[in-house]
Amino acid sequence: MGGLIELFTDYTLRNVALGSALLGVVSGVLGCFAVLRRQGLLGDALAHAALPGICLAYLLTASKTPVVLLLGAAVAGWLATLLILQIVKHTRISEDGALGIVLSTFFAFGIVLLTFITKRSDAHQSGLDKFLFGQAATLVEEHVITMAALGGAALGMVALLYKEFKLLAFDAPFAASLGFDTNVLSVLLTSLIVIAIVIGLQTVGVVLMAAMLIGPAVAARQWTDRLGVMIILAALFGAGAGVAGALISVSDKGIPTGPMIILSLTVIVLCSLFFAPARGLVWDALRRTRQRAALAK
Amino acid sequence: MTTAIFVIVLTGALVAAACALLGSFLVLRRMAMLADAISHAILPGIVAGYFFAQGPNLLAGFAGAALAAAVTVAVVEALQNTRRVGGESAIGIVFPAMFALGTFFVSKYFANVHLDNDAVLYGNIEFAAFDVLIINGVNWGPQSLWVLGALCVVNLLFVVLFFKELKLATFDPGLAAALGFSPALIHYALMTMVSITAVGAFTAVGAVLVVAFMIVPAATAYLLTDDLRRMIAIAVSVGILSAAGGFVVAFIFDASVAGAMATMAGICFLLALLFSPSHGLVTRFKRLRRQRMRLAMENLVVHLLNHEHVAYEEHEAEVNHLSSELRWQTGFARRVIGLAQRAQLVQLTDGHLALTDAGRELARRAAATTVEPSSDLLAASP
Repeated sequence: MGGLIELFTDYTLRNVALGSALLGVVSGVLGCFAVLRRQGLLGDALAHAALPGICLAYLLTASKTPVVLLLGAAVAGWLATLLILQIVKHTRISEDGALGIVLSTFFAFGIVLLTFITKRSDAHQSGLDKFLFGQAATLVEEHVITMAALGGAALGMVALLYKEFKLLAFDAPFAASLGFDTNVLSVLLTSLIVIAIVIGLQTVGVVLMAAMLIGPAVAARQWTDRLGVMIILAALFGAGAGVAGALISVSDKGIPTGPMIILSLTVIVLCSLFFAPARGLVWDALRRTRQRAALAK
Repeated sequence: MTTAIFVIVLTGALVAAACALLGSFLVLRRMAMLADAISHAILPGIVAGYFFAQGPNLLAGFAGAALAAAVTVAVVEALQNTRRVGGESAIGIVFPAMFALGTFFVSKYFANVHLDNDAVLYGNIEFAAFDVLIINGVNWGPQSLWVLGALCVVNLLFVVLFFKELKLATFDPGLAAALGFSPALIHYALMTMVSITAVGAFTAVGAVLVVAFMIVPAATAYLLTDDLRRMIAIAVSVGILSAAGGFVVAFIFDASVAGAMATMAGICFLLALLFSPSHGLVTRFKRLRRQRMRLAMENLVVHLLNHEHVAYEEHEAEVNHLSSELRWQTGFARRVIGLAQRAQLVQLTDGHLALTDAGRELARRAAATTVEPSSDLLAASP
């Protein structure tokens, strides 16, 4: 219980927990659309692709302000999406292959830039290497405010275009036939996911970001068949995992926050898969044994 | 210094070759992201292996990683089989969880001792020459060369010995099953080889870049050839070339060697994507334009032939008239006429076009194979 009280009194912990919870809410909401559109791994590719964008933005402007880095990440993410689409459309390489190619080469280029920057400046001065694993423990109030602003804007867009995004997720051809520009909507949704990723890079880092998008959505999906409920649940699960991860990481020295958030999230996903009413695997198995027993009689 | 450079480049080349040997099958079987997941997920296995062996013991690392890879593949498939989770979501849940577990162990128990988190991502190939293999006090040279050399041989044997089975299971799993080869067995064998290769390459290039070495050269080769043997050979060559080129770039900019090597592979892919003779985007665009111009020239000469020796020939052969008659934009008409002149199909005198003998010959041949020439043909051209 000591952790919970500290949550409200300890300045650092409050920022870390608040930041992680914010990330959980934003990525949970946007992840729902990504997962329903079967584009969960696109988020993974975008997260990896953001790295060279961030590094180039830093190299060009020598500034570490979140807005500049966000722009870099957004441009790189947009370029990566475009490349993936073109590869799938014009060659015989599958979407799976295109994702793998773009993800790994963008990340490799990012690593080249990152090591170039770190070796040039005083070691680790740029702080960019923190984006690899996140730096949740070093979140300060300024970061949290920026994250809240960005995340709030993204969530506002989702609220405004809820009907359109819903249509896009469940029946894109129908949306197109109604006169919605599905390409524009698609690009918009991807851009919002990039915002979630930029928030996430500060907290859980490039490699683990995929789980922040996919995990809450998959967990929430098990509890309901309604999109609205799913989104709210995903936001709650994401926030819960964020706070839990932050609390666990301060309980002992040397426990990184990002991985703890992901592991908490994994526990939530597993519980949902096994115990969610109606869709839970445990109930499914019980039902089957009971039926088998009834049949045997 | 020179030996160190030689060892680094050779290590990179061996990683590239070992990975590319398997990569072709991963690309063809659409298992790129599964391979990516495996390369991330072996981390907790390696760490657990080191933990039990109380040090960076190679065999313990191999054993742990193979176990972690098996767990990953099994859990991903189990999740997919529940039908509660989409295929790509299953991958996206499992590998971050495994990787998070791995980084947790690294920060908690191994911080800056045998492993550090940055090396996990992009390896330590820079120190390949200094990590030597010592057996009974005898220095056998850099350990990475032995490990990766052995890995290359094993992967080569795997691909050569089971080439027929791999090929069949990749292109026609149904037929493979009907003929008595188990596609599932081949699938798991390939996954095992991928995880072993990922562990072997781990110290050199880290867990995340391995997948670049596996997939990117193979995808490059896929754009260059239709023959599986040739594809594997090209993939290995592209991989080795990227390793050598990447080292030079890394040396100049003083940046991560493994990252530069993988980036070079990406550049090779981009070049193939744009300029491959059969599948390149630029090549295809050029081919389309050439076909369009050839068709337009045929139209032009057939039009001129149709109106040769008739009363209004003068009018029909006017350059300005052609644009409206064939419904061509003026600029396009001028380009077609220019090309036809250079090909010596037509002659231009005082704004009038006349067919040459070659042009008349082409027009007769074209008219024999096409229906009434009209501008519609242009629209219908591929």
